[in-house]
Parts: sequence; C-alpha cells; structure tokens
Amino acid sequence: MNHSSVKQSFLALFFGRLGRYALHGVEQVGDASMLGLRALSLLFVRPWQGKHFILQLYALGVGSMVIIIITGAFTGMVLALQGYYTLAKFGSESLLGAGVGLSIIRELGPVLGAFMIIGRAGSSITAEIGIMRVTEQTDALEMMAINPMQRILLPRIVATVIAVPLLVSIFDIVGIASGYVVGVELLGVNQGAYMAELIAKITMVDIYGGWIKAIVFGFMIGMICTFMGYRSEPTTEGVAKSTTEAVVVSSVGVLIIDYIITSFFL
Amino acid sequence: MIRGEQLSKYFGDVAALNATDIHIRSGKITAIMGGSGSGKTTLLRLLAGLEQPTGGHVWYGDEDLCAMSVRRLYELRESMGMLFQYSALLNSMNVYDNVAFPLHEHTQLDESVIRTMVAMKLEQVGLRGFEHLMPSELSGGMAKRVAFARAMAMDPRIVFFDEPTSGLDPISAGVIATLIQDTSRKNRMTSIVVTHDVHAGLAIADHVILLWQGDIIAEGPPDAIRQSDDARVQQFLHGRPDGPIPFSRSTTSYIDDLTHKPGTIRLQS
Amino acid sequence: MKAYRRIEMSVGVFVLLGIMAIGWLALKVGQVGGLGESGYTLVASFNDAGGMRSGGDIMMAGVTIGRIDSVTLTNNEQATMVLRINEGVKITEDSFASVRTKGIIGDRYVRITQGSEDTFLTSGQEIEETESAINIEDLISKYIFSGKD
Repeated sequence: MNHSSVKQSFLALFFGRLGRYALHGVEQVGDASMLGLRALSLLFVRPWQGKHFILQLYALGVGSMVIIIITGAFTGMVLALQGYYTLAKFGSESLLGAGVGLSIIRELGPVLGAFMIIGRAGSSITAEIGIMRVTEQTDALEMMAINPMQRILLPRIVATVIAVPLLVSIFDIVGIASGYVVGVELLGVNQGAYMAELIAKITMVDIYGGWIKAIVFGFMIGMICTFMGYRSEPTTEGVAKSTTEAVVVSSVGVLIIDYIITSFFL
Repeated sequence: MIRGEQLSKYFGDVAALNATDIHIRSGKITAIMGGSGSGKTTLLRLLAGLEQPTGGHVWYGDEDLCAMSVRRLYELRESMGMLFQYSALLNSMNVYDNVAFPLHEHTQLDESVIRTMVAMKLEQVGLRGFEHLMPSELSGGMAKRVAFARAMAMDPRIVFFDEPTSGLDPISAGVIATLIQDTSRKNRMTSIVVTHDVHAGLAIADHVILLWQGDIIAEGPPDAIRQSDDARVQQFLHGRPDGPIPFSRSTTSYIDDLTHKPGTIRLQS
Repeated sequence: MKAYRRIEMSVGVFVLLGIMAIGWLALKVGQVGGLGESGYTLVASFNDAGGMRSGGDIMMAGVTIGRIDSVTLTNNEQATMVLRINEGVKITEDSFASVRTKGIIGDRYVRITQGSEDTFLTSGQEIEETESAINIEDLISKYIFSGKD
C-alpha cells in the first residue's frame, strides 16, 4: 500500500464515519421528536397527570436549583473579573455591567444552564426510564392499564419545558448579581454605572432571545432524554450506553440549536 | 376465552413464533412450556397485548386484541394481572404502595378499605408486616410474592405468569406454584403460565402446551404429555442432552471453521 | 402524603422564585412597560437617519428623555421616526431634532434642542426642523475633493 492510498482510505474512513454519525444523529432526533410529540398528545387525555408533573418538577427543578445557583454565581464572577481587566485597558470599566449582563442573558445562561440540567437531570431521566424498561416496569404499568408514555414520558417532558426557563432565569439573576459583587465591591466599578449600563444596553429582544433558547432547550432535553431511556437496549450496558448518548446528543443539540436561534436574533 | 389465530412473530428475519393456533381454556391453568428461545415468552406477550404480532390475531371472546382501541384495551386490562419474570415492582415505591398501586389507580375506594385489601393480599403471600420495605430490600422470592400480591390486587379474571418459579430456591418456587394453583382454583381464574420448569408446570397445569422453535409440538393434559411417545417431548421432560432437539445450533462444521475461515487459527499453512 | 405536601410546597417555592427572576429580568433589565407605553409620541422626518434603529436613545442636554419607537421610509426618500418622549418632558413647537453620534464611532442617538416659543408639542405632532446624520465619510471626501479644487 503506497502513501497516497493510505491517506485516501483514512480520509474515506473519516468522512464515512462522520457522515454516518451525522445521519444517525438526525435520525435519532427525528425519532425522539416523534415519540415526544406522541407523549405530548396525551397531555389533555384523561386521566390528568397533575401529581406526576409536580413530582417531576420537584426532581428536576428543585433538585437542580443548587447546581444552577453555584454555576450562575461563578459564571458571573469570572465574567466580571475577565471583563474588568479587558475593559480597563480601554478605560471603559463602566461597561462591565452591560458586558456581564449581555453575555449571561443571551448566551451563557441558557447554554450553561442547559448543560448543567442535562448533566444533573437529563442523565437521570434516561437512566431511570432505561432501568424501568430493563426491569419490565414499563410493561408492568402497561398491564396495570396505565399508559407508560402518559405516566412516565409526558410528565418528564412537561417538567423540563417548564423548569428549564425558570432555572435559566434564576441563573441569569444570580450571575448578574455575583458579577455586581465582584465588579463593584471587589474591583471598584462605579455601582450606578454597573446597573445603568446593564439596563441601557440590554433590550427586551435580548431577554426574549434567552427565554426562547431556554424553552427550546427544555423541549429538546426532555424529548431526547426520555427517548434514549425508552429506546435503550434492555441490558445493563444498553442503559449505560443510552445514558451517555443522551448526554452527548442533547449537549451537541444545545450548541447547534443555540447557533441557529442566535443567527435568527441578530 | 382467549384464542390465538395463526399467530406469528418475527424479530428481523428470525421467527420467534410460526403461525401458531392456540386456545386458552377459561377458568383453567394453561402451562406453556419449552426450552429457552422456543418462543414461549413471545407467545405470552402477544396474548397479553404487550407486543404486536407480525401476523395473525388474538381473540378475547369476539374482540380482536390487535385491532382494539387503547381505551378498550386498558378496560380489559383492569381485569388482567401479570406476574413478570423479574417481578417488575415499581422501585420508587414501598411494598404497600406497590400492591395498592392498581387499587389507587383504578378504584375510588377509601384508603382504609385499600389498606385492608392490601393486608389480605400480603397475608395470602405470607408477607404481612413487610409493607414499609422498598423493592431493593427484598430477596428474589419475596419480590416475586409481592408481585404476585400486586397481580391479584384487582381480583383479575385472567392472569399471565412469566417464568414464575425461575431463579427461586425450591421452597420459594414451590410456594409460588402452590399460590398459583390455589388462587386459580378458588377464584376460577384463567391462568396462563409460561415456564421451563417441567416439574412445576406439569404439577399445577390443567392443560399443557409444549413449544419448540416457534411451533407447538405437543398439547394436552399433563398426564397425556407425560405419556407422549414423541421423542422431543420425552427429551424435554427428562432433560436429556442427547436427542432430536440439538444442543447447539451450528450450521458449519467445526473443522471448516478451523481450517478455512479467515481470522481463525490455521492448522495447515 | 405528608411527604407529598412538602414536595408540593418546595415546587411552589421553586416556581415562585423562577417567576420572580423572569419578572425582574423583564421589568427591571428589559424595562418592558417601563418606557414602552408611557409618555407620548412625536414624529420627525430626516433626509438621512444614519442607520438609527428603534430602541435608540433620545437625548436633550445630554439626558435621555425617551426612546425611538420606529424608523420607516416615507415618500420613497425620507426617514420618518416615531419618537417616544417620557411623561413630563415638554418640547417647544420650534424645537430642533438632529441625528448625532456618541463620540466618533459610537452609537447614534437623536438630539432634541429646545426652541424659544412658549407653546409645546402634543402627542402625534411633528418636529419640523431636523438635521440629518453627519456622515463622516462624506465629510472626509468633501475635505479631500475641496483640496483638489
């Protein structure tokens, strides 16, 4: 085998694999949305699953609060620190509030928030549903005349759609506040300037953009993570594999959708 | 009365069940027996409506299970119970809530009434006083008995048992077998038991169906099965390694594998 | 059941916190409703809006007194802006509006300079005297070409 044919076969292998991954990903997202929409179509079918929405909101929302607050606080703090030293070079430290606020509200809040929620709650959704499949609990529900799609998938999707925007908003506020603490209290930026520039530079469009991202991410996380669990191979490795896949696919999905939504808003 | 008509199920190209006709007698215990991979669990799942057949129909009276609305299917299932191979207890709930689950979901009964009913079911399986335990704290035999109590919670007319005695010690297996027999007789339940436990199957069943590679090879009351002169039936009943049912399913010869297949050890170079 | 009550309560607290965060973002940071519908509007036409967009600042004597509601093209040649002026700010009938730039390359804003009359504009009226954006490239090219003459 000569040199160029080695290179060629390597390239063919690389692009072949890339293509296969891409197709596989698209196919999975398609299947996931079909399953998610089927579950969502049961939203208004009796019996009403109110109690299970609350239970899932508890597991997902309340359970992710601490991690969201911690991530939000450190994100805001590091942004203030980095932003301050960059802006100080141009003598425009007063723009710190606007810088911190804009990056958090438009970008970091939704994306980092979504990542933390995927890691904290998404993976556990997939693992939980996967284990229910392995141990035939979903079949048991089915035999007890309870639709697992309505009882297991639906509340989790609804809960992510509701919880993600709420958690992201909390992330935003905590980030802005901790940026204020570092910028104003530690680095001595004028305290009026921080808030005034923040308010002046951030428009409602920026805030809507962040919320739309959060809602879309919530949908996507809910659909992909429930789908991966529901379709996981009924073995121990199957559940492990689909949990990993759920985290990878939804994280990459967040980044791709983030780019698409951002391009629409600019 | 439950009837399977020309039921077949394929997983890809592999047939788990070939166009099988089956007749389940009401109020009796039917045991479906066969080796691993003989299609018996598939048959049970088809009869319970947990899986759609590739071809054929499942008749409940004159209703086709496969063409039924979801609402009607769930209505029927309120009078069905199923004991799963690995118990399938809901692991987020304790024993009490597991057994009470169907009652909470499908009845408007007062909690005190439900408590009494759950206590009765648990007493029946000898586990009263274990209400507060979580499924992860139970042994396999106990979990199976709790699952039995849950399957019986709604006093079903039809109960499916998937390998009720597998993986249990002989005493626990005996307890479960006796429970199936007693409750079926007493409540005139239609029981369908899938098992590879020859001893238990023949002991409790009124009617036995023997499956091999997706086909029914023998059917009849236990005594008739015992006395069958079909060599395959005798091999299965007595657990002989040699007989018409092959031990392995290799299609190529051993020597061929060793000498010609690339990537394996070569005897000659 | 007691446990479920506690879960319900913590979910309630979580949702409340989330909604408070949403409300704070919308009202305090986004200023929705704060400047949106209050105040009154004036109209002004410019030959060149200089890329001014809705949401831009309106200033008088260096103080922000409102925001731009919309910028549209009228008669195929002029830029018409709807200016939303804060409540309590009175603008004389002979006032003067110009599109300015903060610094050399900063944001554009509309500057309003008061006139000398005693009558004030009311909602929907037009500021007649306007000055278009000063285009730096035009200035530079004018300077270069004037040198060649």
